[in-house]
Amino acid sequence: MFNTLTVKEAIKKLKAKEISHQELYTDLAKHIASTNEKLNIYLSVDKQVEQKAEKLLDAPLAGIPIAVKDNFLTRELPTTAASNVLIGFMSPYESTVTKKIVAAGAAIIGKTNMDAWAHGSSTETSDFGPTKNPRNPEHLPGGSSGGSAAAVAADVCIGAIGSETAGSVRQPSSWCGVVGLKPTYGRVSRYGVVAMASSTDSPGPIGKTVEDTAILFESMAGRDEKDATTPNKEVPQLSKEIANGVKGIHIGICYTDHPEIGKQQVSQQILEAGKLFEKHGAHVSLVPISEKVEKGKIFTPDFAIGVYTVVQRGEVSSNLARYDGIRYGNDRSFFGAEARRRMMLGTFTLSKGYSEQYYNNAQKVRNLYLQNFQELFEAYDLLISPTTPSYAEKLGASFGSPMYGELEDMLLEPTSISGLPGISVPCFRDEKTNLFLGMNIVASWWQEEKMIQAAHLYEMETPWNTWRNKI
Amino acid sequence: MQSSTKITSDIVSHIAALANIPVTEKESQTLADGFTKVLEVVDTLSTINVSGVDPVGQVTGLENVTREDEIHEERMFTQEEALRNAPRTHNGYFVVDQILDK
Repeated sequence: MFNTLTVKEAIKKLKAKEISHQELYTDLAKHIASTNEKLNIYLSVDKQVEQKAEKLLDAPLAGIPIAVKDNFLTRELPTTAASNVLIGFMSPYESTVTKKIVAAGAAIIGKTNMDAWAHGSSTETSDFGPTKNPRNPEHLPGGSSGGSAAAVAADVCIGAIGSETAGSVRQPSSWCGVVGLKPTYGRVSRYGVVAMASSTDSPGPIGKTVEDTAILFESMAGRDEKDATTPNKEVPQLSKEIANGVKGIHIGICYTDHPEIGKQQVSQQILEAGKLFEKHGAHVSLVPISEKVEKGKIFTPDFAIGVYTVVQRGEVSSNLARYDGIRYGNDRSFFGAEARRRMMLGTFTLSKGYSEQYYNNAQKVRNLYLQNFQELFEAYDLLISPTTPSYAEKLGASFGSPMYGELEDMLLEPTSISGLPGISVPCFRDEKTNLFLGMNIVASWWQEEKMIQAAHLYEMETPWNTWRNKI
Repeated sequence: MQSSTKITSDIVSHIAALANIPVTEKESQTLADGFTKVLEVVDTLSTINVSGVDPVGQVTGLENVTREDEIHEERMFTQEEALRNAPRTHNGYFVVDQILDK
């Protein structure tokens, strides 16, 4: 079954003519047909994808099938952001990310389910029903890029594209037992991505291996004159530097001494990972957690929830104001419960008399996180921590909790609001439930190559990302 | 620590109007309770000393990015493209509801 190939393998086999596009796409189509009803991964599928892929053999990605989250605007497939507001919408223009990956030789096989407007960490806010976790369909895939992470885990694509604002690439990757890379804010263009929180939105790849995310990253990243927050910096060739290891670098272990997180099994896995990196020549030490900003310590993630909630709701309320039902889409009565809540709370915290108390104060606390990381990255090359506190929760877990996503993403929010890059790699599999845990490796701004090297080493030296679906 | 803001259904109705989101009276109480709970979490931020700290404007060092004021033809829509997704059009225009009295 060629649909189980990695990005690297598929490119190699296609280029060497060991397999044909027809064989690859036939396997995929069969597998999508037999799983999509059960798992609800794709919202739309391109029926002409094989013919498009065949023409891409000479491009670097050789016409491999890539799944794209349904908040990237595409001219040839509908874009709904998993909301009834955008049912039937066909974008008149293409997002920079999809344009770039197609130019690099990716064939967009379909658009994946997500939390509506990317609001959530479960896919349960999707107006088209939740996606199920391919590792264990009684459980959630996480979100908001849950469909893209599930597509990779279920082998209904070769690689996938998601987007992250707080944890929306890494958290579902952790829950689905795949690799998710969140680049530095501004490394990848947001042009043509349905805007959520513009000051933290970061498109990122999801893959079966660390190397796959490195390859996809290279095709997505770089300056885009259509997004003023993308700087003119050289894009690191991550896949070429991937085997450089961790010798001599300084790695800090974070959050394993948090009163709640420390009790979780995932913390044990992170401490074990620290030992492994030490064995391979890294200098590893614990970064103590602190209730206030102190030199040499990491500021507790507990306050990041409040900061993110205020900043994200505020940006959502202005970004979603454009959906007026006049130029495109349905009117505002079509918004689901979560989007309505977020827009209204954002409107409140930005309104006259409250914006100083809420919005400005949150942006000041955000600066404390930023300063804390600036100081820590003078001493450390990488910070490692659990991606999520625990395993994927059961379907229905998000209902009735107005802050569900924030609690799931609390360990990622401090770095997300600071614009830092990170990668989540599988760091445990529970043999009874077949559910995974993830380790989050964070590098300083624009230093994605360091985190890729550590993640790749970890993947090669541990058994966690060797388990594969039985098909 | 200052006490948390209590959101009432009247406040919800007001912000719903500002955000142009239809909310029924019955919903507004449930929403108010939810917002009050969320703000309890947010209010923990007021325990942090931020005196002398500036609010964040950007996190990657980019400020005041400008470009030449010129037309990018590849980013222009034809009239047909611009109107293609509109629910109501008339003679090449978007149709909107009347908001002012005659």
